[in-house]
Amino acid sequence: MAEKLIPIYIMGKKYEVPSSLTIMRAMEWAGYKLIRGAGCRSGFCGACATVYRLKGDYHLRIGLACQTVVEPEMYLAQIPFFPAEKAIYDIEELKPTPAQLFQIYPEILRCLSCGTCTKACPQEIEVMDYMADAMKGDIASVARKSFDCIMCGLCAARCPAEEAQHNVALLCRRLYGKYLAPKSQHLRERIEEIEAGRFDQELARLRRMSREELRQRYKERDIEPD
Amino acid sequence: MSYTPEMGESIRRVEATRQRRLKETHPRMPSQEQEEILKRFHPDYVEEGMRPLLVGPNRGDRTPKELAALLEGRSHIDPAAFDLERIDYECDVLVIGGGGAGASAALLAQENGAQVILTTKLRFGDANTMMAQGGIQAADKPNDSPAIHYLDVMGGGHFTNVPELVEALVMDAPQVIQWLEDLGCMFDKEPDGTMKTIHGGGTSRKRMHFARDYSGAEIMRTLRDEVRNRPISVLEFAPVVELVMDDRGQVAGAILLNLETGDYSLVKAKTVVIATGGGGRLHYQGFPTTNHYGATADGLVLAYRVGAKLAFIDTMQYHPTGAAYPEQILGQLVTEKVRGLGAQLVNVEGEQFVYPLETRDVESAAIIRECLERKKGVVTPTGQPGIWLDSPMIDILKGPGTIQTNLPAMVRQFGRFGIDMTEEPILVYPTLHYQNGGIAIKPDGSTDIPNLYVAGEVAGGVQGRNRLMGNSLLEITVYGRRAGKAAVLRAREVELGELTLEHLRGWERQLKEANLEPQIASPLLLPDYTRHARPVSQAM
Repeated sequence: MAEKLIPIYIMGKKYEVPSSLTIMRAMEWAGYKLIRGAGCRSGFCGACATVYRLKGDYHLRIGLACQTVVEPEMYLAQIPFFPAEKAIYDIEELKPTPAQLFQIYPEILRCLSCGTCTKACPQEIEVMDYMADAMKGDIASVARKSFDCIMCGLCAARCPAEEAQHNVALLCRRLYGKYLAPKSQHLRERIEEIEAGRFDQELARLRRMSREELRQRYKERDIEPD
Repeated sequence: MSYTPEMGESIRRVEATRQRRLKETHPRMPSQEQEEILKRFHPDYVEEGMRPLLVGPNRGDRTPKELAALLEGRSHIDPAAFDLERIDYECDVLVIGGGGAGASAALLAQENGAQVILTTKLRFGDANTMMAQGGIQAADKPNDSPAIHYLDVMGGGHFTNVPELVEALVMDAPQVIQWLEDLGCMFDKEPDGTMKTIHGGGTSRKRMHFARDYSGAEIMRTLRDEVRNRPISVLEFAPVVELVMDDRGQVAGAILLNLETGDYSLVKAKTVVIATGGGGRLHYQGFPTTNHYGATADGLVLAYRVGAKLAFIDTMQYHPTGAAYPEQILGQLVTEKVRGLGAQLVNVEGEQFVYPLETRDVESAAIIRECLERKKGVVTPTGQPGIWLDSPMIDILKGPGTIQTNLPAMVRQFGRFGIDMTEEPILVYPTLHYQNGGIAIKPDGSTDIPNLYVAGEVAGGVQGRNRLMGNSLLEITVYGRRAGKAAVLRAREVELGELTLEHLRGWERQLKEANLEPQIASPLLLPDYTRHARPVSQAM
């Protein structure tokens, strides 16, 4: 059964492609061997974030090219690179404070709260909300709300205040993970035990064990219940 | 894009058995049956998919056909025409690959005093690391130990793993978790700081640390940011097409291709770390893959051509649960964490047929058997068979909202196509996921070739013939760090001779002696999915 072909426009040229294809596969169908604008092809890396429009509709729509299915009369483009600001800092020297955040990214305070960023996010993250938290200096909240960010940068590309929201969020997550998250006692203790050589002998014994002996040990090992 | 009426009918059978199944545990497979099912149904054992290599250090070794063709390929570079006098970049340590292993190696090399260049084929961070959802193993809980972790790794690899490599893996693991956290990675924790950990297939302790289901992305974006904050040169869209040697038989640099302009440039480096990842985009035996666009086994080709030995290259990991529906996401990863949280695998009748957390090879073989031999799979409109992964069980077992909180990426993935995995099961089938073997390494990441270091998925020996979930994020960080450090120590004492491409001439001779006239230039760099449909008339 031949699949239904639909008309789409790629950088202005008209092609007919199967209606089940994603934007990315439609471009390949047309003959584009992608270099920029293709990455994990699974919705995790942000390489293929793109804008498109439907015929007769002035709205610019956003999506990940690898996860968005083509529609008839779609106008497709590519956004291969966007030069967003990324501050350079030494994470060891930072403090997890509002003042630190504003010092590194002073433009945070320029946010107009217009919500364009939220509308641009293919991950449906409440970007404007976390930027409001950033303006309040609430690092933990920014870290939590921005966690699913794939850093495609569409928010920055559309922002009238020229913020780089995704980089602000990354800094907040790193500050949270390093300084604000509660420390793991058991992790510290285990590292001390390893450094004190507590497991060296046992590992040496295991390393020298014959395959049969190991197999037996493996079979007999107890398994932590769920 | 929701399910077809036929699939809906099967879903109703899945729902009808769910209450009963909530209390059922399918028995684990006895080891004898495991061996049998692997031989009969695992793609590694499909003889038509394999052939012996005809040339090079692994001549005679059984190899997937698609990989063999590239390993026996000709160079992109004509040694007679390439100018080795013009050096474009010079550094102590050249890291090839911008994934988790490459980033880790670059950081350790830089902080130990080296001038570092990291070059990568696509964007920095475009790598399988970014897509790893499930987690990272480390034996850091009181009821666990590196020895227990060791036993799990060896058992998972069917006792074929190189013991010294496994020892380094498990002993470095807690330290690596601490390192990542000190860089700012946000692992999921209890309010008192205790790491949240769960089981993965083949683990005997709950030691899977995670960051929601963005574990690899969280690690990758943190490492990438740290590299960018340091004085490390990062070159993007600049894959290596050939290593350069010196007249003393040492690796001494590499030739880069600017993917956009087509120009070559030359890097002279005291040591080189290959961290180019796997090869899922070779689509062995026609399987779809979870892998990144750039996963074309380039590093294996580069290393093979300078005489490095490969290990375990006839074994690939097929992840049991790739998406089988809808077609648009065919082969994309459905994390093992879905089963770790309690979802069962059930057939078209709504019945379990395998314990959900066998090792990945066994689990995959069982799914293939259920579909192809027992004909108990669900068939999609495109003819793709699949098995239900009964995701709604998770919220029933662990409380409403568990799926949304723990698997946001998965919910989003299926939600984009009109499937709500909190309410309906999802259809899965094994997908090409991971290169178990690779370039043979020693515990410091070194190889038999002077000045050549290797880390991550491109290396072989750590995982043996099968890898457990959560040990790849661990391998890339443990061995990225080890290789980066060893590469600096070596760079401090290296004296390079004259640069040469004599090894390419030698390679030509070997091809000729083996009567090979390869048409393929390798490394492949990118798969070709183009169809070249022509534009249609635009008259309106």
